Amino acid sequence: MSMIFGVPLAVLSGQLLIGVINGAFYALLSLGLAVIFGLLKIINFAHGAMYMLGAMVTVIMFDVMGVNYWVALFMAPLLVGVVGVLIEYFLLRRIAGQDHIYSLLLTFGIALLMQGVLTNIYGVSGLRYSMPDLFKGGINLGFMFLPYYRAWVIGIALVVCFGTWFMIEKTKLGAYLRAGTEDAQLMQGFGINVPLLVSLTYGFGVALAAFAGVLAAPIYSVTPVMGSHILITVFAVVVIGGMGSIGGAIITGILMGVVEGLTKTFYPPASSAVIFLVMVVVLMFRPAGLFGKEA
Amino acid sequence: MSQAQQKEYEQLRVSGLHAFYGESHILHGIDLVVNRGELVTLLGRNGAGRSTTLKSIMNMVGRRTGSIMINGEETMSCAPHHIARLGVGYCPEHRGIFSALSVQENLTLPPVVRSGGMSLEEIYTMFPNLHERRFSQGTKLSGGEQQMLALARILRTGANMLLLDEITEGLAPVIVEKLGHVLTKLKEKGLTIVLVEQNFHFAAPLADRHYVVEHGQIVEEISANELSAKQSVLDSYLGV
Repeated sequence: MSMIFGVPLAVLSGQLLIGVINGAFYALLSLGLAVIFGLLKIINFAHGAMYMLGAMVTVIMFDVMGVNYWVALFMAPLLVGVVGVLIEYFLLRRIAGQDHIYSLLLTFGIALLMQGVLTNIYGVSGLRYSMPDLFKGGINLGFMFLPYYRAWVIGIALVVCFGTWFMIEKTKLGAYLRAGTEDAQLMQGFGINVPLLVSLTYGFGVALAAFAGVLAAPIYSVTPVMGSHILITVFAVVVIGGMGSIGGAIITGILMGVVEGLTKTFYPPASSAVIFLVMVVVLMFRPAGLFGKEA
Repeated sequence: MSQAQQKEYEQLRVSGLHAFYGESHILHGIDLVVNRGELVTLLGRNGAGRSTTLKSIMNMVGRRTGSIMINGEETMSCAPHHIARLGVGYCPEHRGIFSALSVQENLTLPPVVRSGGMSLEEIYTMFPNLHERRFSQGTKLSGGEQQMLALARILRTGANMLLLDEITEGLAPVIVEKLGHVLTKLKEKGLTIVLVEQNFHFAAPLADRHYVVEHGQIVEEISANELSAKQSVLDSYLGV
């Protein structure tokens, strides 16, 4: 069997695949955080909870109403997006412009509330969600086995990330978002309904998290606390990429997944710490992050 | 004839306007009237409250009391985006060119609020430099070009009342002259213009009337034909 640095190729490529998958989730989640931070200037601590809600809603809708995976892929982000718009309209709007600590505490509180309520009902042992039949099995690439569902996750995550990047960087609506990030007040002075734009942006950001949640449902353990586990890592990814950089969030997300995968192969004990090590090093040399603009 | 009728139309009436930033009380009862088609300046020293007056009209300051009527409509409870949609175009002192947007994106960002605005072609004819650099990053332009862009941006929207804050500040004389030509053209088109200006020599030949602002109040109103008679009063207010 072929070896690379003393590691069998199949093991290396297997870990790389897991790394890219995790990276796809990091990218989707940090992308939503970056979009929200750009316009609202808040650090959305409820982001992990929204990811969890996306996954939970998928499972619950299937159990209660028999809603299938494909419908959930649209319905769950839509529902969570509406929840996000309501949260922005009734809660976040009231503390807009205050010190960061208020929005941080509020979104953290929302996350704990959602986690707590759902834990009370469903426990933390994990809900079962079976893979859609279409994705059962996989393909042997010769050097590794690629399950169909994992390939789908990587593909669709890339499509959604690129679509979001394109929407923000290349369209008129995106121009509103980019301009609003710089000077929302002036934008409103031009006649743009900024409060509405802010609500929809928050809704869109958390819908991205929910979309990641739906993708996660068949492969990760779906529990009310799944969001809090991944969120800390995603925050590190965002810090490495640079707060508010859309392209940076995507690239860094995938990159960090791969770095994690490689570490798991060559030095497993460091695998859960490596992203934070990268964060420390990046902050020492580029305090604004790899893709952030120096203030 | 229609010119004479237009002069009677009161496009902006500010009365008893107070404005606050947090604890600081900036405007202490501003009263002013601007008729359609007029070019009116707000003169005064730095910190007198001229920029704050424009921002208050846009509802961009912390707290306000008093009354601001635009086209006869009370706007004190209107959100800024509604005020823009009454046909008000605001050009802030810091110009507000967005660095994340190209020149053309900056230009087409503000939504059209009324019909009768200039087309992109007309704007590019008026400001050929902007056409040449339309794909550049907005903030990569020179100061003069950025000012042209900030002005051009609100001409496309069809706004018929322009609030212009210190548009000549820090610009070379040749650019200031160009801006003067542009304002003259806009006046000919019948646009109403409120100009906050430090450069009196720029404003004097363009304006129909001048308001002098001091300590957040209007202390003097001087029409263009009284200018020479009241020059010494004006000089004492402006400290020149």
